[in-house]
Amino acid sequence: MTTPKAPFDVQKIRKDFPVLNQTVNKQPLVYLDTTATSQKPYSVIESVSNYYINDNANVHRGIHSLAARSTKKYENSRQKIADFIGAGSSRNIIFTRGTTEAINLVATSFGSTFTAEDEIIVSLMEHHSNFVPWQLLSERTGCKLKFIQITENGELDMNQFDLLLTEKTKLVAVVHISNVLGTVNPIEEIVAKSHNVGAKVLIDGAQSVPHVKVDVQKIDCDFFAFSAHKMMGPTGIGALYAKEELLKAMPPYHGGGEMIHTVTKEGTTWADIPYKFEAGTPNIAGVIGWGVAIDYINQIGIDKIHDYSDMLTRYAIEKLSTIDGLTIYGNAKNRGAAVSFNLKDVHPHDVSHFLDQKGIAVRAGHHCAQPLMTELKVDATNRASFYIYNTFEEVDKLVEALKEVKAFFTF
Amino acid sequence: MNEEFQDLYREIILDHNKSPRNCRTMENPDRVVQGKNPLCGDNYKVYVKLDGDTVSDVSFEGSGCAISKASASVMTEFLKGKSIDEVEKFFNLFHEMVTGKLDVDDCFDEVGKLAAFAGVAEFPVRVKCATLAWHAVHTAVTSEEAEASTES
Ligand SMILES: Cc1ncc(COP(=O)(O)O)c(C=O)c1O
Repeated sequence: MTTPKAPFDVQKIRKDFPVLNQTVNKQPLVYLDTTATSQKPYSVIESVSNYYINDNANVHRGIHSLAARSTKKYENSRQKIADFIGAGSSRNIIFTRGTTEAINLVATSFGSTFTAEDEIIVSLMEHHSNFVPWQLLSERTGCKLKFIQITENGELDMNQFDLLLTEKTKLVAVVHISNVLGTVNPIEEIVAKSHNVGAKVLIDGAQSVPHVKVDVQKIDCDFFAFSAHKMMGPTGIGALYAKEELLKAMPPYHGGGEMIHTVTKEGTTWADIPYKFEAGTPNIAGVIGWGVAIDYINQIGIDKIHDYSDMLTRYAIEKLSTIDGLTIYGNAKNRGAAVSFNLKDVHPHDVSHFLDQKGIAVRAGHHCAQPLMTELKVDATNRASFYIYNTFEEVDKLVEALKEVKAFFTF
Repeated sequence: MNEEFQDLYREIILDHNKSPRNCRTMENPDRVVQGKNPLCGDNYKVYVKLDGDTVSDVSFEGSGCAISKASASVMTEFLKGKSIDEVEKFFNLFHEMVTGKLDVDDCFDEVGKLAAFAGVAEFPVRVKCATLAWHAVHTAVTSEEAEASTES
């Protein structure tokens, strides 16, 4: 198979990522675990240290120059993030620690009015972060959880979804792109159908924002959660997008500084959105670094990023399929850049440990998606995932190493 | 392939992974303990039959990686006929060996086949795999708990 032509200079891009320039177990590092977290370019790393070197001051809390400077950079980032996902206004962007906290915010705040009469629909391919918060809410309020089944191909069973939707459905929470199967879900259809019965929709966009053009207003979802670290930004920072009327109606999530308007002995009034939901000193350096990550993506172009990751993924699937005894989980028509697989009779731990000896980093385990593992009838899988700094040669190395794994363990 | 890795997966481990010994359900066990490694999903049930304070039979079933399965298999062979005090002793010895606190050369005569797992000390991420069945058997003979985890 000939390798397709990359839409940008991959070798030049690789030079932007210092971490890639190392050996692991005496072999050049082959990093195929971007779905867990992406690597960071120099510009992002430097923006974080430059913030501490030059600008460090608390935001929204001072008249002095450093406070003004850091507040400006912080709010500029919020605007970049809003623009990047088509949010309309930066008022719709609430900073959180990541996707997980964004979803917990919705479960705690928006979910606070749920009762035993209400129903929530989630799919069986969710990451635990879009599963457990709803179970907790169900335990707190008695509301009922219903599950969208997965088809053979690893897609959502949309016929069965239609049957789950009723007047009682308050919320539908689904992942945009699965971190295990790679499936891209038909979220616009899900949103339209859910809105028809009056239900709100939360989309887990942790894996989609780094890879595809997202326009939350076009999708028309009510909530959208995502993380900086999956898109070359720092760890510990992410955001919730939500529609303005919902944010205005929802009670605060955490209480503290920053989120108040007036505090008296008798009670407190809330700051305007988004600050009402941002109690305490935020992760300022993280927010600024995230903005720089978005600049980096914009310089390359999200469409080119998507096209290249897609080329690598298709190339990998084609090559992996030639290995006898290798099963790939998920065969959706529309798919992202994560490929989960198992080698017959070799446990994923042993596979990934072997690959690590060759300098190849893949994920092995349940990928924080145990209900999906149950559906697939496996304990764990291997997962290779691809991004702009990976190469076709790296895919070849993976495939060759997997053939050696087979020989080693099945002797 | 580097030497430590080769050493870790010595013949004994590959062999016990491929054909695990005492891998069966036990009729009328005195104790059954489920051992789970929440991080990676290794999951075994360990069955123990006691005759006074002697382990007269021990078996396991379940699934997991080569290290965890071979360790369970070698362990069942090793512990049959041992007393509860000895289970406790070898549980501790094994743990010290795979965490590198005890040099295998200093206990080779005592640990016999268990020495095959000394290489785990080079790979801290695999310690939980190697000790899972041991945690389960230890829980079985020292407590009333029905579940053991390597987190304890
Ligand atoms: C699909 C999906 N949802 C949610 C998450 C959780 O994101 P975070 O750990 O950044 O909160 C992840 C990442 O692990 C993910 O892949």
